[in-house]
Amino acid sequence: MIEVKHVFKEFSGHLVLNDICTDFEPGKTNLTIGQSGSGKTVLLKCIAGLHSVSKGDILYDGRSFSNMDEKQRKEIRKEMGMVFQGGALFDSNTVEENVMFPLEMFTNMSFEERRERANFCLKRVNITNANDKYPSEISGGMQKRVAIARAIALNPKYLYCDEPNSGLDPVTSIVIDNLIKEITIEYNITTIVNTHDMNSVMEIGDKIIFIYKGRKFWQGDSSGIFDSGIKELDDFVFASSRMKQLQKMYISGK
Amino acid sequence: MLKLLYHIGRYFTLLKRVFSKPERWTVFLRQTVREVDKIGLSSILIVIIISIFMGAVCTIQMTANLANPIIPRYLIGLGTRETMLLEFSSTIVALILSGKVGGNIASELGTMKVTEQVDALEIMGVNSAEYLILPKIVASILFIPLLTVISMAVGIWGGYLAAFFTPGVTPHEFVIGITSYFQPYYVTYSIIKSGIFAFIISSISSYHGYFTNGGALDVGRSSTHAVVYSSIVVLLFNVILTKLML
Repeated sequence: MIEVKHVFKEFSGHLVLNDICTDFEPGKTNLTIGQSGSGKTVLLKCIAGLHSVSKGDILYDGRSFSNMDEKQRKEIRKEMGMVFQGGALFDSNTVEENVMFPLEMFTNMSFEERRERANFCLKRVNITNANDKYPSEISGGMQKRVAIARAIALNPKYLYCDEPNSGLDPVTSIVIDNLIKEITIEYNITTIVNTHDMNSVMEIGDKIIFIYKGRKFWQGDSSGIFDSGIKELDDFVFASSRMKQLQKMYISGK
Repeated sequence: MLKLLYHIGRYFTLLKRVFSKPERWTVFLRQTVREVDKIGLSSILIVIIISIFMGAVCTIQMTANLANPIIPRYLIGLGTRETMLLEFSSTIVALILSGKVGGNIASELGTMKVTEQVDALEIMGVNSAEYLILPKIVASILFIPLLTVISMAVGIWGGYLAAFFTPGVTPHEFVIGITSYFQPYYVTYSIIKSGIFAFIISSISSYHGYFTNGGALDVGRSSTHAVVYSSIVVLLFNVILTKLML
């Protein structure tokens, strides 16, 4: 379980995260939603330890991340997997080498064992016959799936996905969403997904946190998102006039 | 001034992270071999081409400038040898490599940074500075002195070719020149200098690449900074080392 306790983050005097408090449970797909620039990625990077928090704390199963020394942080990082917005696959490595990389760095597996595990992970994300291809030779959707395969190679306890659907068509997005959801349940991972895709929210959101201008404005599940009564959330969810009409129909129909 | 101090501080902080024990020695060795190929082997041709022409030009210019009956002709060969050994093969080759190798290192690391590949390493628990930069520094220190030695040999040979085709000096006189008053220490001096220049080029370029923020334009900017600053520091250390070692 990850607990975020009164987290503040500022860059050069500019407050990006303002007193964020929440927790993320294992086996659940936790979604952070909000407009671009609202602070979702910064929050995720603070949780992952890529940014240090200005104030507050992040607890991993009760252990304070801020108070850990470098060695302890390193250990906990081996339990994390992250899917970046652009995939962040290593350009100079093939698909298979990308997935094998964390295994090579942190396990004593033989080459054959590593290859077997990499192939298992690739198969799990429905990638076949692309082992020897380089990231530039595969599509965006495949890159995201390879990134997920790399993220789960070491059986992580925590999985972070920063806008895994960005740049993908709706059908591929749903495939990626379902994959994240399945993996979360299958391995009982604590998953945090940053998104502003409402399809994802409705499809996989067990717990949803809405961030607006660096503050947590609302949290709940997908069933409560349409009638939260919070103007900022309504403006985000029903951004277009057509969606606003649908909201009225939804509420009156209720 | 404060900005300069900030960069120097950040550079040494980065070096502290770079010079830590590799996570896996096998991975480190494999990365180093890759870097030797990228940094060293791929630079051999350009070093050979430039050295031949520079050696030839040295001989031609010396022939023109020492066209005096009281000056022995073998001094042309001697002068060419000393120029190649003392200055050209270490300093000028280092400046050329700061453009080729330095630009390459900065753009590679910069691209990795802006595409979050460096973050991906960090999140896995890999010391990205050590994993990415240390093999580059080691490969440079191992291979750039070797390029310097190649440059010395090829440059003198270029001078010989010029002597062969230039009327002012005969190949025989040139050979007498290059074998006269030879001081082996000059070769050692040049190799030590090129080793230090190799460290300067690889570390400063890595610094600029590693701390790139933004997008493609910033990667280009980092490459330019890497070339400019590593060249300036190479020239500065050239003066310091020459004063200290000669």
